[in-house]
Amino acid sequence: MAYNFKSEMNKPERLTGGHRMCAGCGAPVAVRGVLRALKEEDHAVIGNATGCLEVSTFMYPYTAWQDSFIHSAFENAGATISGVEAAYNEMKRKGKIKDTHKFIAFGGDGGTYDIGFQSLSGAMERGHDMVYVCYDNGAYMNTGIQRSSATPKYADTTTSPIGKEINGKQQYNKDLTDIIAAHNIPYVAQTTLFKNFKDMHEKSKKAIYTEGPAFMNILAPCPRGWRYPESELMEMCRLAVETCFWPLFEVINGEWKLNYRPQNKLPIEAFLKPQGRFKHLFKPGNEPMVEEIQKEVDRKWEKLLIKCGEPFELGI
Amino acid sequence: MAIRESLSGNEAIALAMKQINPDVLPAFPITPSTEIPQYFSQYVADGLVDTEFVTVESEHSAMSACIGSQAAGARTFTATSSCGLALMFEMLYVAASSRLPITIACVNRALTGPININADHSDTMGARDSGWIQLYSENNQEAYDNFIQAVRIGEHKDVMLPVMVCQDGFITSHAVENLELLEDEVVKKFTGEYEPEDFLLNVQRPIAVGPYDTANFYMEHKRQQAEAMSNAKKVILEVAEAYKKLTGRNYGFFEEYRMEDAEAALVIINSTAGTAKEAIDKMRMEGKKVGLIKIRVFRPFPFDEIKSALQNVTAIAVMDRCEGFSAAGGPLFVEVRSAMYDSLKRPSMVNYIYGLGGRDVRVEDIETVYNDLFKIIESEAVGQIYRYLSVRE
Repeated sequence: MAYNFKSEMNKPERLTGGHRMCAGCGAPVAVRGVLRALKEEDHAVIGNATGCLEVSTFMYPYTAWQDSFIHSAFENAGATISGVEAAYNEMKRKGKIKDTHKFIAFGGDGGTYDIGFQSLSGAMERGHDMVYVCYDNGAYMNTGIQRSSATPKYADTTTSPIGKEINGKQQYNKDLTDIIAAHNIPYVAQTTLFKNFKDMHEKSKKAIYTEGPAFMNILAPCPRGWRYPESELMEMCRLAVETCFWPLFEVINGEWKLNYRPQNKLPIEAFLKPQGRFKHLFKPGNEPMVEEIQKEVDRKWEKLLIKCGEPFELGI
Repeated sequence: MAIRESLSGNEAIALAMKQINPDVLPAFPITPSTEIPQYFSQYVADGLVDTEFVTVESEHSAMSACIGSQAAGARTFTATSSCGLALMFEMLYVAASSRLPITIACVNRALTGPININADHSDTMGARDSGWIQLYSENNQEAYDNFIQAVRIGEHKDVMLPVMVCQDGFITSHAVENLELLEDEVVKKFTGEYEPEDFLLNVQRPIAVGPYDTANFYMEHKRQQAEAMSNAKKVILEVAEAYKKLTGRNYGFFEEYRMEDAEAALVIINSTAGTAKEAIDKMRMEGKKVGLIKIRVFRPFPFDEIKSALQNVTAIAVMDRCEGFSAAGGPLFVEVRSAMYDSLKRPSMVNYIYGLGGRDVRVEDIETVYNDLFKIIESEAVGQIYRYLSVRE
């Protein structure tokens, strides 16, 4: 059935309102976007790494989750949900349960790129029928905006601050989506809150209903860490895509596919400038840093175009 | 009909697991417990069990998968040792506080620093405050019997706590001994099915596990957990009684060996109790009134029962196979000594740190400990309380 924005938005929410996430945060929007792809009759067990999402949606004695939910620690959402999936296989085989359950784990970039990386890699390699969703906001936001391996170069965070000698984070962010694709699992995708959510919806559907492990990396901006006005959440995501900072692509059984190609690729300034964490880049004399970021974005974009078999001209 | 078999401690545990036929078994190898998942994977490969065997990439993930699985409603086992248990440390607390009756076979081995693969209790003693029930085993038979009982203890509705079944690395895990096994059907009937009240895969009543808990509720949750550990005492004895009916083998919180008129007693955990029994038999022939308390249940700690069992003894040596680095004695000593504080005739008590990293403990070594206790009795002076056995100074 063709994607219909209105009917999708009218579905009952599986992550209910009343949770305590910040206004303008991308994470709960991403979660809802993913969960809307579940067939209404299917049950899900949601796993969650420790982070903003967990502490804000399940504060005893309240939970915002309509489906069964498990959080156990920060670094092990992959392993925890794989245990649930193993239990399901066995209990289903024994006839103890009859309904269809799907297994979806959410983790921030801290719980996914960094501390939970091993647990995720193990779960993907073992081939559990599960989806792991990273909501990437590019820093350890829950503990107060510390740098992660997903933090972009030169971003100002509380552990990569701007000083007299050093201008924010000194390293580029890790390409986690590529790394998970290298696990040779059936489905890997990168998306964000974009336009009418069709991209996220279709990818979530494929991820959930493809047998075996699937991984989705969703750019989910954080107004506190990025320092943009709460109302600009969707605009932040749009700029990330239009500048090719966060390209939309998927890898289906090893086949790379680009899902969106900007008609006019915007310069990276368009993405950096509205964010307080990059304010220092726009001081006179710091132009080379912006140029350096632009070069790296271009390099990665061209690499991606090649992988996806897309035509490209240098610098475009 | 009991089956007579010669098995190593690891094989005995693997066999108990096979007989129970758990739903899920996530595991990661570590010496000396590696054989347990190895034997078990062969059962899986040969179709002898229905279990989902999850070959995780670390012990942290092993315990995390156990948590997910048991919370989902599946009976879940794992096995580990030493650094493996240490890597699980964070998750041990989560398992216990989530009230998930996971059963783990722990083959005791020294914690690294420096690396050492031999028997030592620093691993499970380090986990003593994690909220797990701890059962210790002198020999292969006890390891087997304890594991079968553990499942019923942990899953009891008044308990709902995870259980650790411990035995000494190599000394019992790899040594082959004769033991009596139960028939598969008898074991299955004894352990029954895991039927939790709430579980993740219950579509009638979805649940959420692992909340963020504020100061408003955290303390009440801890109190409930402590209550469950207290309840475990009664359940441990009930399960032991039921097991005795099947096997004739008697289990309690601890075993009292020739304690009836003992003047000097040792308190020991795991395999060294066997060595101590040899020493006791020999010294009893010489007319020396010596006895032994062998701890089976360390968590919950049998505080009152220990006091009753030791109150008429004149001198006690508590044997710790691990350092506590308190500079004042090991963990077993501290707890036994605390239990004896309220006894009317407070016995003289000393602590021996022994057998670290697999240091051999011979019958003669145990005899020297008893002889030291008799010196204390004769001289009426305790002297040094915190001592080391068989160490080069």
